[in-house]
Amino acid sequence: MEAFITANIAIAEAAINVRLDVFAGYPITPVSDIMEYLALKLPQYGGRVIQVEDEIAAINLIIGASWAGAKAMTATSGPGFSLMAEGLGLAVMTETPIVIAYIMRAGPSTGIATMYGQADIMQTKWSSHGQYEIITLAPWSAQEAYDLTIKAFKLAEEYRVPVIVLGDAALAHIREKVRLRDEPTIIERKKPELDANEIKPFKADESLIPPMPCFGEGYRVFVESLCHDESGFYTTDPEVYEKLVKRLNDKIRVHSNKIFEAKTYSMQDAKQAILAYGSLARICYTIVRRLRAKGYKIGFIRPTTLWPISREKLLKLIGDVKSLIVVEGNYGQLVREIERLTDNTKVKFVYWLKPYLPTPQELYTHMMNLGINFEG
Amino acid sequence: MGKGRIKVDFEYVSEGHPLQTYLRWNRLPHKWCPGCGIGIVLSCYLRALKELNIDLNKVVTVSGIGCTGRLASYVNTDGAHVLHGRAIPFAMGVKIAKPHLKVVVISGDGDLLGIGLNHLIHAARRNVELTVIEVNNMVYAMTGGQLAPTTPRGVYTTTTPKGNVERPINIIKILGSIKIPYLARWCVTHPRLLINSIKKALRKEGFSFIEVISPCVEVFGRHIGIRDPVEFYLKLKEKIVIKNTSPENAELDWNGKIICGEFLDLELGKGYVSMITSDRRLKP
Amino acid sequence: MYVMRARICIIKDFCKGCGLCVAFCSRGVLVLGEEVNKKGYRYVKVKDASKCILCRVCEYICPDFAIYIKVLGR
Repeated sequence: MEAFITANIAIAEAAINVRLDVFAGYPITPVSDIMEYLALKLPQYGGRVIQVEDEIAAINLIIGASWAGAKAMTATSGPGFSLMAEGLGLAVMTETPIVIAYIMRAGPSTGIATMYGQADIMQTKWSSHGQYEIITLAPWSAQEAYDLTIKAFKLAEEYRVPVIVLGDAALAHIREKVRLRDEPTIIERKKPELDANEIKPFKADESLIPPMPCFGEGYRVFVESLCHDESGFYTTDPEVYEKLVKRLNDKIRVHSNKIFEAKTYSMQDAKQAILAYGSLARICYTIVRRLRAKGYKIGFIRPTTLWPISREKLLKLIGDVKSLIVVEGNYGQLVREIERLTDNTKVKFVYWLKPYLPTPQELYTHMMNLGINFEG
Repeated sequence: MGKGRIKVDFEYVSEGHPLQTYLRWNRLPHKWCPGCGIGIVLSCYLRALKELNIDLNKVVTVSGIGCTGRLASYVNTDGAHVLHGRAIPFAMGVKIAKPHLKVVVISGDGDLLGIGLNHLIHAARRNVELTVIEVNNMVYAMTGGQLAPTTPRGVYTTTTPKGNVERPINIIKILGSIKIPYLARWCVTHPRLLINSIKKALRKEGFSFIEVISPCVEVFGRHIGIRDPVEFYLKLKEKIVIKNTSPENAELDWNGKIICGEFLDLELGKGYVSMITSDRRLKP
Repeated sequence: MYVMRARICIIKDFCKGCGLCVAFCSRGVLVLGEEVNKKGYRYVKVKDASKCILCRVCEYICPDFAIYIKVLGR
């Protein structure tokens, strides 16, 4: 079925498609309409929407719901996500599958609630304390917002990790054609065998991801935010601690080639490339196409996964271009990762700090002003 | 009935306790200090579960951070040890996802009345079907004896070395104004009354709250100059008055009387989760 | 005429020597012994089992699950 909807509504429709059980949220511009739409439609599919007293309650509630076997999600923006930092840490430490729709707005702090921002990429990875990995996906259209949100639920369940779908205030309210799936996407959770004698709910096999026992199924599982061993109980043993932290990170790092995805356009004979993500990438893509039409040998790389980044895959995508122009709606975030992972002498950075999406001409002029040269 | 005699002997054993199957037995002895009241709260909670014959596979015990926060790890049910002050939102999430489970929150005064007070008030206001047992030892014991929202006036704590100038919170009065189905305060000095109250709270439809005054001998006792568990318990017994009065009159005055009893026992109809899950899931 | 037989069971390695059971036993059945357990606490001993009336206050007041009454039969 096709619908003419905004990216926010597409995210809500994706949640309906996976038959979301619990949505807990707090009103915040620009995502309140996700909760409003779900409040109306989700109960028809058996899910529940709860508006809670703050974002801290929202994140803790969905973690609890996920442990009771539910598919759970919340949606927020910058100030809300900052409040969720401790909760994110709990989800990571207890390996709880949850999805957070994070629609960026102009920050820092209260910023400009209604306008575009793209300055929270680092925050999605590093907001909580401790060493951990999460997954962040970045759609650039309403269709991609729909597809990536469904993917987010699959990844969250597979890797037992919080997954963030990162949009922005401009994308949130762009209305586009979206092809909705006719069949619901049912994602099963891997469960351990019920062994009354020796339950080791946090023991993982070679995949590094333990199957998840849930509440109310007879496992008598104990969920612990402190450092825990394979049976789930507190320990201060340094060996166990190191093993746990390594596994929480390795389970993503080891599979980063599989998780990291990017789309490329006209990279075959490219001498230069622009790298961008999210809605700003749409403007960059137009610039690339127009330059190509004029004969410039330029390509375009658009990562749809921002965390984890696979160095191997990234280098392969970049190939042997002479310069890589990273364009971001901030003063330097993802570019730091790109510089670190590639030959940073080739990387040029174009910042875009105005809280709206530029026209291609405007962005092109801005690039010229920053001294970017496009060569044939 | 004829006349009878009792013949009692004794034996040193290593198991066989009537509450054994309700505990994660291999994790005992627990880590609480000698004479700590939390052990008695645990014992009373498990005794209540046993006397009600509740299916342990249908109970989830959630606790926060602090000395009382360790409680959930000793209970042989599904459980969680979550973030400071966030036991109630977590428990709400569990209940909304699986409404047929009995979800119990047992946490400390700092956890529930300090950082977590916001969530407590809203859960009570919504009448969420949870049983919340707040263990009140009037100090932040786990971290070494800092001020708690419940510390009596004038008492030394490590962060108020000249004596506490704040007025302590009386959560019974606050929750009394919200009107919840079950509101009570007890003390570990009267375990049978606590057990009966927990049983009532577990069977109540909606949000039930029990405050349990508990002696912290090592930390609070040190602050007020009582180091012997028996002395502390006897001192508490002196202050306690058992009276089923209204919440406005449920005084909690360390320098006066501590009123224990049942303050609210109402029927408020369907709880929050019951109301929002009243339509059945349609199989797509 | 019948005899109810019961046993005071003490798990000495759980006992922390807090003294609550000793103090609240209305019959003076219990006392803290001189020997220490694995954790170094002086654990509870039965001074005089014949005085016990099976009220179970010790079982209910013990914070450590260290003492309980087992009814053996009649």
